[in-house]
Amino acid sequence: MKELDSVVIRFSGDSGDGMQLTGNRFSDASALMGNDVATFPDYPSEIRAPQGTVAGVSGFQVNIGSKEISTPGDEPDVLVAMNAAALKANLRWVRKGGTLIVNIDVFDDASIKKAGYSKNPLESGELDDYKVLKVPVSSQTIAALEGLDLTTKIKERCKNFYALGLTFFIFGRDSESTERWINEKFEKKNPVLAKANIAAMKAGMHYAESTGVQISTYNIKSATIKSGKYRHVSGNVSTAWGLMQAAESAGLPLFLGSYPITPATEILQELARFKNHGVKTCQMEDEIAGICSAIGAAYTGALACTTTSGPGLALKGEAMGLAVMLELPLVIVNVQRGGPSTGLPTKTEQSDLFQALYGRNGESPLVVVAATRPNDCFHMAYEASRLALEYMTPVVLLTDGYIGNGAEPWLIPNVEKEYPALKHTQKNLKKSANGKFLPYERDPKTLARPWAIPGTPGFEHRVGGLEKQDKTGSVSHDPENHQVMSDIRNEKIARVADSIPLQTLEGDSKGDLLVVSWGGTYGATHMAVEEARRQGKKVSLCHLKYIHPMPKNIGDILKGFKKVLVPELNLGQMKDLLNMKFQCNAIGYNQIKGLPFKISDLLDVINKELETL
Amino acid sequence: MSECPSYTKKDFVSDQEVRWCPGCGDYAIMSSIQNVMPLLGKKREDVCFVSGIGCSSRFPYYMETYGMHTIHGRALAIATGVKAQNPNLSVWVATGDGDALAIGGNHFIHAVRRNIDLNIIIFNNQIYGLTKGQYSPTSKKGAVTKTSPQGSVDHPFNPASVSLGSDATFFARGIDTDPKHMQEILLAAYNHKGVSVVEILQNCVIFNDKGSDRFTNKATRDDTTMKLEHGKPMIFGKNKDKGIVMDGIRPSVVTIGENGVKESDLIVHDAFSTDDVLAFMLSRFNTEAGFPLPLGVFYDSKKTTYDQDLQELVDSAIKKSGKGKMQDLLNSGDTWDIK
Repeated sequence: MKELDSVVIRFSGDSGDGMQLTGNRFSDASALMGNDVATFPDYPSEIRAPQGTVAGVSGFQVNIGSKEISTPGDEPDVLVAMNAAALKANLRWVRKGGTLIVNIDVFDDASIKKAGYSKNPLESGELDDYKVLKVPVSSQTIAALEGLDLTTKIKERCKNFYALGLTFFIFGRDSESTERWINEKFEKKNPVLAKANIAAMKAGMHYAESTGVQISTYNIKSATIKSGKYRHVSGNVSTAWGLMQAAESAGLPLFLGSYPITPATEILQELARFKNHGVKTCQMEDEIAGICSAIGAAYTGALACTTTSGPGLALKGEAMGLAVMLELPLVIVNVQRGGPSTGLPTKTEQSDLFQALYGRNGESPLVVVAATRPNDCFHMAYEASRLALEYMTPVVLLTDGYIGNGAEPWLIPNVEKEYPALKHTQKNLKKSANGKFLPYERDPKTLARPWAIPGTPGFEHRVGGLEKQDKTGSVSHDPENHQVMSDIRNEKIARVADSIPLQTLEGDSKGDLLVVSWGGTYGATHMAVEEARRQGKKVSLCHLKYIHPMPKNIGDILKGFKKVLVPELNLGQMKDLLNMKFQCNAIGYNQIKGLPFKISDLLDVINKELETL
Repeated sequence: MSECPSYTKKDFVSDQEVRWCPGCGDYAIMSSIQNVMPLLGKKREDVCFVSGIGCSSRFPYYMETYGMHTIHGRALAIATGVKAQNPNLSVWVATGDGDALAIGGNHFIHAVRRNIDLNIIIFNNQIYGLTKGQYSPTSKKGAVTKTSPQGSVDHPFNPASVSLGSDATFFARGIDTDPKHMQEILLAAYNHKGVSVVEILQNCVIFNDKGSDRFTNKATRDDTTMKLEHGKPMIFGKNKDKGIVMDGIRPSVVTIGENGVKESDLIVHDAFSTDDVLAFMLSRFNTEAGFPLPLGVFYDSKKTTYDQDLQELVDSAIKKSGKGKMQDLLNSGDTWDIK
């Protein structure tokens, strides 16, 4: 048995083959055994593209380790390919020397041709660099389920559990939790299917055991991670729960107005489950109605939010401007995807930074924050809500498809200690000396205006999208007033910097190269900088979560380094922003392929930049 | 709950200077609404007016209630959020033919189909006033405006048919020159639980003056309009001698006393009908072909409302399993301990 620090496994098959489920079960079983885990699903935007074609291949990558894991891994060590197309689509990612587990039942002439191969890859020699394990997954699954009252077609569809069983044996995973899961999921609805899935999984384990001579088995020791109670969480679920946490901490009802859009829909689905937490979700008729209903609910006193992805954010632009003018708290979550236009709906990107900052008419400042990894979405959703309430402002939270769909273990926080009560301005409403309520009279420190909600007697007032007169909130076209109000709105957002943590550095505060990254690339930039430092390089990492405004010490941090490198999954938006604000001559490393960074690529770039200091 | 104070019209007038053109029909509508407010038995702080953009959308500024003047076309989506969040509020939407039916058309049909308890007042002047005189989705085909100098080639929307086609549970039509009647239908709209669409034919003195003249001027209005009253025969005309009968499956205009037609032959209006067939038929009356323009409550039916149903989901979930706590949620499901 081989001992490994970490291993990356990619499950791949037709989008109907259940690969997401297989991958999830594998990562859960690993986490329960004490490994650190990171996962990333990779699926096509077509729900069911033509079967057996490369376009229809769906994958799920898992990285399990005995030490800290912060990305789903660069290159799979093991690829499970349920058909020829899955092999064709994924082989190029697999580490040379890695293991391929292929379902040879789907390597007939027709399937090979459909996958775009001219020759059978199992015979052509093109897999010579890999260890290939040929398993008749489909036929063995059907054979194992003989006697069960199911059609052959249904039996064949249990093959993902057979493949799961194979990998369970190879990696010494405990199947018990999955058995329990299958029973919980299927036993009531379809007991025969529950039985079939368990039988298929066991048959896969037995096959691997009895043909053990041909395969190495691996052991990945438990990770040495912080002690405590853990659970799995995906980024989107984590975002939903973070919003719920903020509402609970603020003592306010949570309202979500939204419209389904990949890859953000899961947040709406998740929040729709929790009526017993007082959450109201409205699936509106479009993106615009999603944010507008949230603005209505914000005026009415809820912690209101809307969730979307890039194209939806574009549609919400005008209403975001209204929220800026009304100065109401509102959280806008953008789970970024490849653009422009419909772009790459299921792929990841960081190209909405400028849209979030500037995508509105007029001088329209708001707060922008970003989450770093799946389990950080909870924290940043709470933070976005905290700032929205404290400063009476819309806040954009940027996540992305990679961290939104990715999952990892999460040390469950003690919410009472770590997520304390949130302040807002609904309470202690005051009137001016003449007995009138001034809806735009401000807190001298935060410049937040009071939040008088309908139902509060004596504080009836009107708000609107026309320019407001200072203090009274009446409509005003006065030139001096517009200058005053524009300045105040800008200054209010600038003061948010008083309420966010100072930027921390990974590494020394002086050195040769500073890597500045932001949002969902943290796992890769963190691992790459850590590795470079292990090699003795004078490199540090400054990973940003608070983007507008930025922490007050960013300018000083930048001065401590000879060179500033900004790796981003776009064409250089953060780099431009830093150069504009700090004239720091930052250089970019930009990848825009719909894919996350590879640690190894980042390490190469860091080394190259150090050579040319 | 404390009792509702007794209000007068003045209690609903805000301190803002009203900025509509002199002679604008909006004044009469505002006055009618302010007259109706004290009759609702609703506390002032529990009333909220929401509007989009357009002349009519200045409305909330003039009402001493809570209010939001928002962005073009979106009033209904915003009002949906207000009402869904707090179903106890009486939420009124002041909108125009452009705001509700052009840029806001999508929100209009969806708010109506959801049957959320909003009172939607469409100020229909068949023109874009605030942008100074372009044709609207309710302008007649052929209307000569700044953007249709040769006459509009657009076929117009019929707000009644669009509403009923979207499953409106309440539709009424009034005219700005008849405030007493307007107040009756506004009160009926308030009392209706669910979405209420009220179309008010409103005169734009500047860009479409006398657009609805034949329905409003004293000389012709009795012969060109018909007041609907539940349980009463459909009768109209200066001499109260004209009416509507069914001729097979079609309505037809008849004169009582001619060809043996008696008042008892006329269709009796049923606003509370279990279906909207009669209301839809009324919405299709072709005034160019001699039919009168129906005024009053077309339809007033019962259906569960979006805001109450949503509230019920929350209330019953909390009743069933208690108010959820985040710490319990985070600790639920598959967890494991690392020592």
